[in-house]
Amino acid sequence: MTSTVAGRTTAATANGVGSSPARPDGTRKVRGEFAYSSDLWHEDMLWGATLRSPHPHARITGVDVSAAVAVPGVHAVLTHGDVPGLNRYGLEHPDQPVLADDVVRYRGEPVAVVAADHPETAQRAMKLIEVTYDELEPVTDAEDAVHGDVAELHPGGNVVRHAPIRRGEQTPQADVVVTGRYEVGMQDQAFLGPESGLAVPDGHGGVDLYVATQWLHVDQQQIVAALGLTPEQVRLTLAGVGGAFGGREDLSMQIHASLLALYTGKPVKMVYNREESFYGHVHRHPATMYYEHGATRDGRLVHVTARIYLDGGAYASSTGAVVGNAATLGVGPYDVPNVSIDCWGTYTNNPPCGAMRGFGAVQAAFGYESQMDKLADACGLSPTEIRRRNAMSEGTVMPTGQTVDSAAPVAELLDRLEGMPLPQPGSTADLRTLPGGVSNTTHGEGVVRGVGYAVGIKNICFSEGFDDYSTARVRLAAVGGQPAVTVQTAAAEVGQGLVTILQQIIRTELGVEQVTILPMDTSIGSAGSTSASRQSYMTGGAVRAAALKVRGALLSHAATRLSRTTAELHLDGGKLASVADGVLADLVDVLGEAEFDETVEWRHRPTEALDPETGRGNAHVQYGFAAHRAVVDVDTELGLVKVVSLDCVQDVGKALNPQAVVGQIQGGSAQGLGLAVMEEIQTEGGVIRNPSFTDYLIPTVLDMPPMNIDVLELADPHAPYGLRGVGEPPTISSTPAIVAAIRAATGKELLRVPVRPDHIV
Amino acid sequence: MRVNLTVNGERRRADDVWEGESLLYVLRERLGLPGSKNACEQGECGSCTVYLDDVPACACLVAAGQAEGREVRTVEGLADGDALDPVQQSFVDAGAVQCGFCTPGLVVAAHDLLRREPDPSDEEIREALAGNLCRCTGYEKILDAVHSAAGAR
Repeated sequence: MTSTVAGRTTAATANGVGSSPARPDGTRKVRGEFAYSSDLWHEDMLWGATLRSPHPHARITGVDVSAAVAVPGVHAVLTHGDVPGLNRYGLEHPDQPVLADDVVRYRGEPVAVVAADHPETAQRAMKLIEVTYDELEPVTDAEDAVHGDVAELHPGGNVVRHAPIRRGEQTPQADVVVTGRYEVGMQDQAFLGPESGLAVPDGHGGVDLYVATQWLHVDQQQIVAALGLTPEQVRLTLAGVGGAFGGREDLSMQIHASLLALYTGKPVKMVYNREESFYGHVHRHPATMYYEHGATRDGRLVHVTARIYLDGGAYASSTGAVVGNAATLGVGPYDVPNVSIDCWGTYTNNPPCGAMRGFGAVQAAFGYESQMDKLADACGLSPTEIRRRNAMSEGTVMPTGQTVDSAAPVAELLDRLEGMPLPQPGSTADLRTLPGGVSNTTHGEGVVRGVGYAVGIKNICFSEGFDDYSTARVRLAAVGGQPAVTVQTAAAEVGQGLVTILQQIIRTELGVEQVTILPMDTSIGSAGSTSASRQSYMTGGAVRAAALKVRGALLSHAATRLSRTTAELHLDGGKLASVADGVLADLVDVLGEAEFDETVEWRHRPTEALDPETGRGNAHVQYGFAAHRAVVDVDTELGLVKVVSLDCVQDVGKALNPQAVVGQIQGGSAQGLGLAVMEEIQTEGGVIRNPSFTDYLIPTVLDMPPMNIDVLELADPHAPYGLRGVGEPPTISSTPAIVAAIRAATGKELLRVPVRPDHIV
Repeated sequence: MRVNLTVNGERRRADDVWEGESLLYVLRERLGLPGSKNACEQGECGSCTVYLDDVPACACLVAAGQAEGREVRTVEGLADGDALDPVQQSFVDAGAVQCGFCTPGLVVAAHDLLRREPDPSDEEIREALAGNLCRCTGYEKILDAVHSAAGAR
């Protein structure tokens, strides 16, 4: 690998961009010494607990906390009247009470919080709070919420957002038409580190909060509003984050712990248990989708018409943006001349839904990829051939009118997938390779193999005109006779390895091996959210920009010291060099006592809002693509599925850290497998029936097959290093590929995910 | 109540333990050993896996009182000073650590597997680690790490 430095090409720096150095937090994590948000401890700290509504929809008629307050060891019991500022919060609309006041809108909504000297004391006191409710009829169907005669759950009605997309003819004629109604169940992020944090009062009316989150500054804004404080009084520091996947974009315990800390004057720790975690964060929107695809006889798409309903549950969260994605990406990675899509996000009394990896693109992909397979059948084409005939590419115009202006190698992804070796037929000798495994449910009888393909598309970074930026500070000085760099940002490391990548960027740009990533906190400007596959692009871009400013200042400092011109100098592996004379001096000698300290606020190119009537607009920054081939063995008598292989080809523009890129593809594919065959939060009348890892299943090591992975690096000229966001695309195509394989094995229509045994037998 | 136990070779005592507390709570909140994790606290995820008298167990399912007089080895007790155990080193090198919340439990479970089976097959690793959930990695690099640790031992 080479990189261009000051107009010259130099050898790649060790452990720089394109290599896979060890994570800086890896050793602490394997030793059990990395401090996650639930590991924090403070002398004299109290434990918080949250009383939640047992009803999905009810009016609160009375709250009596006297018995709870009287429990020895209890320091505070707080209800909505104790919220000093705005008793509302939310990512896009402040519509969610910090603590319920008059109406509860979902089962699990916080009503009161308790602080006590032991977690068990807090739990017991919480159960002594008497709340009386008048139960109301819950609204639990998203289509009813849009079109039906049901209660309005919020002022202005139950539609959070309706996004239409119109392109070309609205009543086109096609030779072949296929239709389908598809459903996606409610998926949970199921990050392993529970919602947790520690709030420490500062003794002057402010609070320091140590918390696991995806976006410190948007948390801070909402906390400040609820507490009636200034941003200077509410300081957040990122504690160790045990996974996120979208589920930490919304607040959970942040305001509650801060409130309790301010009322009691003591540090307060809150840690949800697994059941509470299911109530404590938003989930992936369940979807109902009606699709019609029309094509010529030879399988070229003429039109796509779709209606997509996304159930946002009780509060808006990020439903508006999820709707935008599902609508704009609703036809998938295909060139479609005539499009009519309507997507609605709704309020209901189901659990609130918001961000989860894939964010609207996952739901749509199950719909459009199921349709593409149906269309292939109707046209007598193979699943890959129909996709190739309609594959978008660089220069394709999206249904929004936006021209795709960097690589979109959809056909190439499919070609490469087809070129990968298929797994050997299953052995009936080893139970562990069969559906049902060591449960000994089959020795091969009734087992049928199937193969399926799918491709997905995802927008990278924040879209629709959002002012999306990240802030980075880079400081270079000599420390102990060595050049050393510190990097400060507020970007949430949630496990993905951003801390490694930021070190690599510094090494590449400044040739300095020793790079310290400072704790992420709100003492610096916002880095935006760790979501939308955007942090390598955005905070990577910001750190690179700050490093380039440092390099510029350093070179002019060096020019003076070395009596050269800045233009003739460049950095080469920790040394100053000139074109004519080669190495001139060690960086550390040139540095001397000097210090270079630059802070940059960095933005991606602007995007546009969608026209509210037509959905026209250059709404997205970048598109990412992945494709999967799944091979499954299905026990057709019992409906058990074993995914035998799950191969993936993804274009990542530039693999800043190849090991981390592959890790994202493997992990993202596993979450897509979960949605395909096991993962669903099951609700009944708005009540979650399976809030535990006993009943909400995520893939184990037995469920995940080996993967062949092919990573393409087709640089995007608009992005830092040409990179393309990696995290989300593999979650999108994994699910429909597996379902397609099950269809191929069984001949069943399979209109809903997750696919359950009774859908097969 | 008071609980006396040996943790990572050291005799430890916890006072004022409420009878309902788990071994996991005592380790994390009373003995300053938060390495064992609290992902589900119901025995489903394996993130709190420790050796209890040399047998791997979910510390969340062990009542504190049941640990009286027994020997516990946690993830904090695997490394030899600064030298990581081969399993730990392999997890770092293979990229088997992302968020890392499952890691302590998986490291202990893999450590136990390699004591019993020095050169396990993929199928044996999968069966042995089936009680440990990971949400980030899709497990592929965990398999790589266990194979690599087997080679290093």
